[in-house]
Amino acid sequence: MKKLESSFKNMVLVLGSISIVAAAALGWINELTSEPIRLAAIARQEKAIRMVSPEFDNQPVEEQFELIDYEGNSLICFPVKKEGKLLGVAIETFSMKGFNGEVRLMLGLKPDGSINNYEVLKQSETPGLGTQMTYWFKTDKNNQSILNKDPGKDKVWVDKDGGDIDAITAATITSRAFLDAVDRAYRAYMEHGGTVVDVVTTATIEEKEAQK
Amino acid sequence: MKNKVGIILNGLIKENPTFVLVLGMCPTLATTTSAINGIGMGLATAFVLIFSNMVISLIKNLVPDNVRIPSFIVVIATFVTILELVMQAYLPALHESLGLFIPLIVVNCIVLGRAEAFASKNSVLDSALDGIGMGLGFTFALGLLGMIRELLGAGTLFGLQIIPEDYGMLMFILAPGAFVSLAYLIAIVNRIRKVS
Repeated sequence: MKKLESSFKNMVLVLGSISIVAAAALGWINELTSEPIRLAAIARQEKAIRMVSPEFDNQPVEEQFELIDYEGNSLICFPVKKEGKLLGVAIETFSMKGFNGEVRLMLGLKPDGSINNYEVLKQSETPGLGTQMTYWFKTDKNNQSILNKDPGKDKVWVDKDGGDIDAITAATITSRAFLDAVDRAYRAYMEHGGTVVDVVTTATIEEKEAQK
Repeated sequence: MKNKVGIILNGLIKENPTFVLVLGMCPTLATTTSAINGIGMGLATAFVLIFSNMVISLIKNLVPDNVRIPSFIVVIATFVTILELVMQAYLPALHESLGLFIPLIVVNCIVLGRAEAFASKNSVLDSALDGIGMGLGFTFALGLLGMIRELLGAGTLFGLQIIPEDYGMLMFILAPGAFVSLAYLIAIVNRIRKVS
């Protein structure tokens, strides 16, 4: 078969039809994968919530609500309950002060606001230095650990700034970013107050508003 | 038959995209921080190479010369987007760690290079074989580089601790290690090619 000539009509027709076929194929694939992608995202969230919370039997992803942090950003908060009793919350929080930009964590708080556990969701810190934050702050060695600390009472910031927490060796900026994310979640949770005050009734903010 | 095997071996060894053609250096240097990442990136590129080569070979006579580059780019971009959606759905962890480099396969010069230099002149079967050869060659190179960097940098191979972590040379995980390892590998490959 001879190659098509580069006339204006041919070019428009060929490029146009290639684009239409490509668009149709992509639309079809998008249709097929949108449900698995959504489920994969939920599975990731649930796994992170499980990592930072005590055992629970509710559906935190379905009961999620928004917290507003001190800069006006919204953080997603997942209440964790067992037999209807609030055991704590998992908050997806972040900091933009990382060595290479954004750091995202899932932070588990007990109902009183003390730290249960955390899981790093996304970071692009220096490999081998800043990346140690995935385990550094839960290792019980010297003053590294933030677990069971209450950011309201304890000085949960790095020792270089007068706090009680040992920064990661050679990664102070990453440590500051990490603790900034923790602080952001804690303050949003405390200021929001809804779940803290209502520990007994375990009412979330929607329920509380509905009662009014 | 010998000729068909020759096409695959050509991409794998004689014209290995990384060691001999030295194409697609950006993902090569950036994603090979571990063996798994290197192999994952290599296989992702291989997938795009094979399918885009086949489709481009199929439509080569229908595409007027003046619009061939945009046509090829549309085909390649389509396969990259399909790959990205499928990875997001079924391999979310690998997708997360390769991140931005998946969409960047569109502008990887190996893919467009093979489309232009091979697929637009050869039969569908030969183009598919060329895609397989080049793809495997790229995967092999990235996997090897990833293994070396992971072993020297973190003391692990595929996540298994081989050397105690304290002996890991951090530099190999960082950018300079990528350049150094790649340079040594290319030097070794050149030496072997000269001898044979």
